[in-house]
Amino acid sequence: MTEKPFTGSNSLLRSLEHEGVDIMFGVPGGAILPAYDPLVDSPIRHILARHEQGAGHMAEGFAQASGRVGVVMATSGPGATNLITPLQDALMDSTPLVAITGQVPTTAIGSDAFQEAYTTGLAMHCTKHSYLVTDADEIPDIVHQAFHIASTGRPGPVLVDIPKDILNQRTTWHQPVTMTLPGYKPTTTGHPVQIRAAIDLIEGAERPVLYVGGGVIKAGAAAELLAFAEAANAPVVTTLMARGAFPDDHPLALGMPGMHGLYTATTAIQKSDVLVSLGARFDDRVTGDPSAFAPDAKVIHVDVDPAEIGKVRKADVPIVGDARSVLKHFLDELSARRDPSQAPPRAAWLAQISAWQESHPLAYDQPPDGPIKVQHFIERLHAAVGGEAIIAAGVGQHQMWASQFWSFTKPRSWVNSGGLGTMGFAVPAAIGAKAARPDDLVYALDGDGCFQMTCQELITASTEKIPVKIAVFNNGGYGMVKQWQNLFYGGRLSAVDLTTHTPDYPMLAEAMGCVGLRVDHPSEIDPAIEKSLSVNDRPVVLEVVVDTEEMCFPMVPAGGSNDRVVMSLEDL
Amino acid sequence: MQHTLTVLVENKPGVLARVSAMFSNRGFNIHSLAVGPTHQEGRSRITLVVDAPELEQLTKQLNKLVNVIKVQEIEADVALEREVMMARIACDSVTRGQVRDTASLFDAKVIDLGAGSITFEVAGSPEHLGAFLDHMSVYGVVDLVKSGRIAMRRESELSPTTATAGTAT
Repeated sequence: MTEKPFTGSNSLLRSLEHEGVDIMFGVPGGAILPAYDPLVDSPIRHILARHEQGAGHMAEGFAQASGRVGVVMATSGPGATNLITPLQDALMDSTPLVAITGQVPTTAIGSDAFQEAYTTGLAMHCTKHSYLVTDADEIPDIVHQAFHIASTGRPGPVLVDIPKDILNQRTTWHQPVTMTLPGYKPTTTGHPVQIRAAIDLIEGAERPVLYVGGGVIKAGAAAELLAFAEAANAPVVTTLMARGAFPDDHPLALGMPGMHGLYTATTAIQKSDVLVSLGARFDDRVTGDPSAFAPDAKVIHVDVDPAEIGKVRKADVPIVGDARSVLKHFLDELSARRDPSQAPPRAAWLAQISAWQESHPLAYDQPPDGPIKVQHFIERLHAAVGGEAIIAAGVGQHQMWASQFWSFTKPRSWVNSGGLGTMGFAVPAAIGAKAARPDDLVYALDGDGCFQMTCQELITASTEKIPVKIAVFNNGGYGMVKQWQNLFYGGRLSAVDLTTHTPDYPMLAEAMGCVGLRVDHPSEIDPAIEKSLSVNDRPVVLEVVVDTEEMCFPMVPAGGSNDRVVMSLEDL
Repeated sequence: MQHTLTVLVENKPGVLARVSAMFSNRGFNIHSLAVGPTHQEGRSRITLVVDAPELEQLTKQLNKLVNVIKVQEIEADVALEREVMMARIACDSVTRGQVRDTASLFDAKVIDLGAGSITFEVAGSPEHLGAFLDHMSVYGVVDLVKSGRIAMRRESELSPTTATAGTAT
């Protein structure tokens, strides 16, 4: 047999290896077939998902848990369109992703060929950048650029679409040439004048709040944030995307603000006189009515993406830069002015915050005989593992409760879909996270509605020996939608009933090669958690039958002012 | 309010689609668009006239596009702006002479002569083209094709006298 020629496919795999890829996720198909051939001989581990959307979310979970670029590969047409949701999810949450898609041969493009879709056109709307490769000789440079764009500045998804004939084209591989991206030069260092202006404001503040977003985690700035928060003696709120960026057990930690945020976090922002936004984007779920948001605050807005600054709220001190670099410069500037350990006492402000925390704690009522409250289960799980786990979540009530009740102490221990709010994210994202960090416990907290959207990926997990744990909170419906129908549509329930009895989750789990467990009484929670933790050779699905009527509070109704945080049903 | 932007881009496939996709995604309105190569290899220039109350977010979003190299607003007082149009004006044996006389005042060139119309080529500032059409409306504009606006920033920035002189069309 003659030696096979070196083709675009070989070049692609070689390029991925060159970028340090050791795990990728994907589903093969016609147009991408050539790329799957050299995979047989590649050291890269390919995790075969059961659906491209699952593969995409796995790559996102991998990236969120590790900070590395997640890689996903799919075929043309339906393979590519199935990736749209993960791409948009990654775009909204600034998750670094490289998606490789097959495309019909260049000679067939535009002819409505079998499994043809205008993938780069679709990707224009849901990626940071995209490429259509038209010459295999360009593969090393394009792949290198894709990884560079995905992982630098504000991270995000980049798609590389490669027609089948290009994958089959004879080529050679070369070291990627020096980057020629004249239009892509992210600013990472904050302007010194603005750094000084920011410290002037913070030092002069009576009621400062550090409003921390996911950018702090992406920048790897948790240590710098801790040092600066202590030096400034400023309380810290962490948005949904920033959970874990600042330890929740720290006296300055106020937790999550916003629509379902903690009263104190939301209110401290409202009453602040200086608001320091670090890698956050004034999302509507944080601000409520933006015109009523933090009305007395001077805003210092630090973001690596200039377009975020001034988009929602005018910044008094705009700083374009990477959160880590800017926080370091903040600390340097502050240290040049005074001993950083001699922080201003801010006694009145911190006393006010403590008073809010005491008067408006998170609350729920767990009747001893049930039904089980999701909040209670989360607290029991936290106790059982000592908070040592990577938590993945779907979207809805359970996600909010997870963010509220789990005490996070480390960055990259929270994997979730914030901006896009993609139901079904938890199972595949947990698999990706566990693939990235096999030595860590990965526990997904999922809703029954979410679980039914992507649970087939548990087949991937069991066959690939990725032992994730999934708690499925079964309240028999779309809990958050039902909550809105109860609160804002006069209790007229429409299309929210999923039934609590079908499917039989433990049986479904067993059928997919997992261990299936069920708990429906509070007294069974601890043993069931223990059991779930004791299995490590396959995934575990623990169905938690929970209260079907529980609502998620605190709540600021959509579009309302954050001055009015609803603490319970009676408050409405 | 209308703003004129000049956008230097890499001449890559799909770059115009990316720009217009961003505009439609973000709800910005394009009034006029012209695109063509520049004197530099691999660089094209897009001239956009946009309807937007303020430009900051729009230019920032343009700058986020990887293929966009530079975005500049050309403010009205320093703008050199040109459009080209072809206009078919109705006329009969009586009005033909008047139409031609009027057209010559605008340096409009006859490019086609029909039985009941004359087609002119007119180039100049948007105001120049507007005035031409105003004058021709009494005869009847039968058809009209207009290019997107192109614009450059004046190099002579900017004494009031040059500004006045420069606006002459």
